[in-house]
Amino acid sequence: MLKDITLGQYFPGDTLVHRLDPRTKLVMTILYIVVLFLAKGPISYLAVFLFLAISIGVSRIRLKTILSGLKPILILILITAILNLLYNRGETVLLRFWRITITLEGVFTALTMALRIVMLIAGTLLLTYTTSPLQLTDGLEQLLNPLKKIHVPVHELSMMMSIALRFIPTLIEETDKIMNAQKARGAEFDTGNLIQKAKAMLPLLVPLFISAFRRADELATAMESRCYHGGEGRTKLKVLTMERRDWITLIVGLLMLALVIALRRLGL
Amino acid sequence: MAPLLEIRKLTHIYSQGTPFEHVALKDVDFVAEKGEFIGIIGHTGSGKSTFVQHLNALLKPTSGTVLLDGEAVFSSPQRIRQVRSRVGLVFQYPEYQLFEETVRADIAYGPKNMKLDKEEIEQRVLEAADFVGLDPELLDKSPFDLSGGQKRRAAIAGVIAMRPDILVLDEPTAGLDPRGREEIIANIRRYHARVNGTVIYITHSMEDIARFASRLAVFCEGRIVMDGVPGEIFRHVEELERIGLTVPGITKVMALLRARGLPVPEGIYTIHQAMDALLGLKGGGENA
Amino acid sequence: MNIIRTEKLDFEYDAESGRGLVLKELDLEIEEGSFVAILGHNGSGKSTLAKHMNAILLPTGGKVFVSGMDTSDEERLLEIRRTVGMVFQNPDNQIVANVVEDDVAFGPENIGIPTAEIRTRVDEALKAVGMYEYRNHAPHLLSGGQKQRVAIAGIIAMRPRCIVLDEPTAMLDPSGRREVLDTVHRLNRENGITVVLITHHMDECIDADRLIVMADGAIIADGSPREVFPQVELLRDTGMDVPATVGLAWELRKAGYDMPLDALSAEECAEALYRVFG
Repeated sequence: MLKDITLGQYFPGDTLVHRLDPRTKLVMTILYIVVLFLAKGPISYLAVFLFLAISIGVSRIRLKTILSGLKPILILILITAILNLLYNRGETVLLRFWRITITLEGVFTALTMALRIVMLIAGTLLLTYTTSPLQLTDGLEQLLNPLKKIHVPVHELSMMMSIALRFIPTLIEETDKIMNAQKARGAEFDTGNLIQKAKAMLPLLVPLFISAFRRADELATAMESRCYHGGEGRTKLKVLTMERRDWITLIVGLLMLALVIALRRLGL
Repeated sequence: MAPLLEIRKLTHIYSQGTPFEHVALKDVDFVAEKGEFIGIIGHTGSGKSTFVQHLNALLKPTSGTVLLDGEAVFSSPQRIRQVRSRVGLVFQYPEYQLFEETVRADIAYGPKNMKLDKEEIEQRVLEAADFVGLDPELLDKSPFDLSGGQKRRAAIAGVIAMRPDILVLDEPTAGLDPRGREEIIANIRRYHARVNGTVIYITHSMEDIARFASRLAVFCEGRIVMDGVPGEIFRHVEELERIGLTVPGITKVMALLRARGLPVPEGIYTIHQAMDALLGLKGGGENA
Repeated sequence: MNIIRTEKLDFEYDAESGRGLVLKELDLEIEEGSFVAILGHNGSGKSTLAKHMNAILLPTGGKVFVSGMDTSDEERLLEIRRTVGMVFQNPDNQIVANVVEDDVAFGPENIGIPTAEIRTRVDEALKAVGMYEYRNHAPHLLSGGQKQRVAIAGIIAMRPRCIVLDEPTAMLDPSGRREVLDTVHRLNRENGITVVLITHHMDECIDADRLIVMADGAIIADGSPREVFPQVELLRDTGMDVPATVGLAWELRKAGYDMPLDALSAEECAEALYRVFG
């Protein structure tokens, strides 16, 4: 049932990739995405691909896990590839029938676009697979801290994110319970046309919303009574610290960026 | 004739074939007849909640069969629909399932799903509200304006309105104060006496259930380890305590007296039984 | 010395609703280091009273003092809340973080305790409630009793002098109830923390130093459990009940036997019965 859905998708481990500071991983992911979009020729792609492959290897995340994470966007990849195939006006015509022309350049662009999306997703998956949601919000809060100066409520946003993560399993369980209770009263959630289905959701959604509001209210009271008063003067049990491995990793990332820019100039 | 409800070798395994595999029920046999008032006891995780969700086809057995009037509950979608209204299941904290604009509409939700006609539904709503002791004036209010106890009754009425042959209640008094508990229990007993239906009542409060169940089934680690009349079950004080259940206070006191050599009978669980036993002791003592 | 004191405490949720006062001129003093149980039916005002004890609610009339501090003094709000901690009924709705130890750290983090000391406090608190082995677990996978113990640890980590528990066992099964009660009794005995336990289970009050019974916003009985429970008619009239032991003694007295009404535990009751019938 619903309970079986894995959310957050964090796979605990103790590899170098797991131990890196979440801020390092966030910055590296951004660098990786930039590099991926700067890459032009096959040699640049190969370099970026090698970098990804090594990272995955070090993290000990199984290839199968990454591939299954890619499944949901398979259709997106296919559509992008097909559109590129059909609409690219290259010179070297490979095939022409009815009103469709397929060119060598089209095939090439379609393949690189598909590859680019696959590598993009695989890279970000690696981030979420090796970083717990809490570390991720912590890292994000720290990175965005300078924005406080322009009155962005960074602490509040990250608190909201981590509470949302905390309540996802609770609300899933609750949905399961309410669904069963209404089924016991003869509700059917998966029959009928679209409108009937939408109507059938009402007995599920109304109690779920009411319960979520009640929980939010009680949680706010509990937080207040535990002296919560915003981010001001707040300390932390787990302070993020940048280790040597973090700085080395970041240097590797910058070198990667330099390399790809150089290759781009050379048209490789 | 086939029994009203018969369960044969029921096994349920959650997340089978994954690292989270968990055997919740193992080879459970159980029979319920018309008119019985059966208490189901067991601590959290003993399998009792998994068990009752099989009774109205909410869960599919991993193996084994559930028969209602001798016919499998899972044979077809039509059969499942029929079984869900014949075995009415009231979940824990049922007030959280209320959703309609009025109490009347909420109680009518089950009967409406049974595709009954308007007059029939209205009649059942009134009848169900009466069974749970809900003032008819409350029927046009929003369920969210009711008090906690009234919400609970409205939710129970929503299941009773389907006129089930078997009414299953999971901890119907959880979180209520003593008066609220007494009222709900009195309503359920009155309902049971009037319709002569079958009631299955799940609880971990021995104190409550001992007073009115005609039979008790004790669950432990996915099996029924005891099944019999309350007087018989409460003879096994030590065994019950070993599986993490608290026996009624009176049973405990009587067991202590017996340990000190007073000849009070085993299996006592109400104040009145204890009175009778103690007064008999005095009378017997004088005669001897 | 008292840790909590109310003076003619009045409270109503909404003056215009006309539902009247939830608490009426309530005077109460709670002695530091004691274990006080507050018993009452639903709507008796016991939870409302509890919420005044760490300034979640403020009186609409009268005063509440926590360790001498007026709870309406906003300047001292944090000090009040770290002196009196509060545990609520639903364990799911008071756990903030998705790792046990991070949740326990939440309170100390809020009051600005240095990182190294938070670590010591978290470990101590988790050990005190017997949940140290679970420090890296996700709270939603714990049992009800375990979650409630984590919530208690989250309060102890702020080193309060008093814990108020608002029906902490209402949603738990008997073994979960046992776990929570044993834990708070131990904290009271070994760490000297004042405990105020709000409940409607009479069995949970038997071991308290003091039992206060509330009905309709007022205190109707106050004394040791041995003094309060024998008032069988008063308790039953207000929708409460008495432990089965007292109920039996009550019936036997009516039948003309000289049974004491203050033999609360099964052992004491058996002892008294043995004397009368043995």
